Amino acid sequence: MEFLVRFLLGGAVVSAFAAAGELFKPKTFSGLFGAAPSVAIAALALGFQKHGSGYVAIEARSMALGSIAMLLYSAACVALAKRKAIPVWLGAGAAWIAWFGAAAALFFIVQGIDR
Amino acid sequence: MTPEFAPEQLKKTKAWEYLVRFAFGGAITAATGLIAKLWGPFVAGFFLAFPAILPASITLVKQHDGRGKAIEDARGATLGSIGLAAFAIVVVITSGRLPAAIVLTLAAVAWTIIDVGLWFIRFGRARGHA
Repeated sequence: MEFLVRFLLGGAVVSAFAAAGELFKPKTFSGLFGAAPSVAIAALALGFQKHGSGYVAIEARSMALGSIAMLLYSAACVALAKRKAIPVWLGAGAAWIAWFGAAAALFFIVQGIDR
Repeated sequence: MTPEFAPEQLKKTKAWEYLVRFAFGGAITAATGLIAKLWGPFVAGFFLAFPAILPASITLVKQHDGRGKAIEDARGATLGSIGLAAFAIVVVITSGRLPAAIVLTLAAVAWTIIDVGLWFIRFGRARGHA
């Protein structure tokens, strides 16, 4: 049941931000919504309700690190989309490697510092 | 250059394209819950900054408006990532000190101010449509 609630709430918030982004031009402005805290709003709201503020603070701390990975992901998307030989959908999918790589590196760095 | 409200752009998006975003966003949000159960909130938190909208968004922009506009969309998201970090930092600072609704509202306000401010600094002086 909890996962269904998460799915429905997350889907609704992500769709709302995606639609909001399409209400504006130019694309550089509507693109801001591509990095909107859509998943975060849904997940943190549920986190507050179920686990409390301490739990949410831990999630938000690593989310801040994840934002660095998101920045690298977006930059990788720009670089790959400039290459006409690579389909945009393939570049956007391949750029996930940049996100996972950066997120993993930041995770291990912070784990090392905390020890 | 200033941002313009252009609701007519919504007509370009088909219903199934919204469904794809709904399903993907819902799946990522549900997955963060599962990740939190398996590995705890610190690991799950990273996935709150997972690119959930952008891949579908730039793919659809490429289909509707061409590769150049898809690149512009991704450039906007690069700036938006800094706003995303601001959102998270505000939650870290205010969580436990303020009610949940206020925390999320303040974080969303920070995201908006940082995003719009950075956009005007980066693109506001350009002429025409960036």
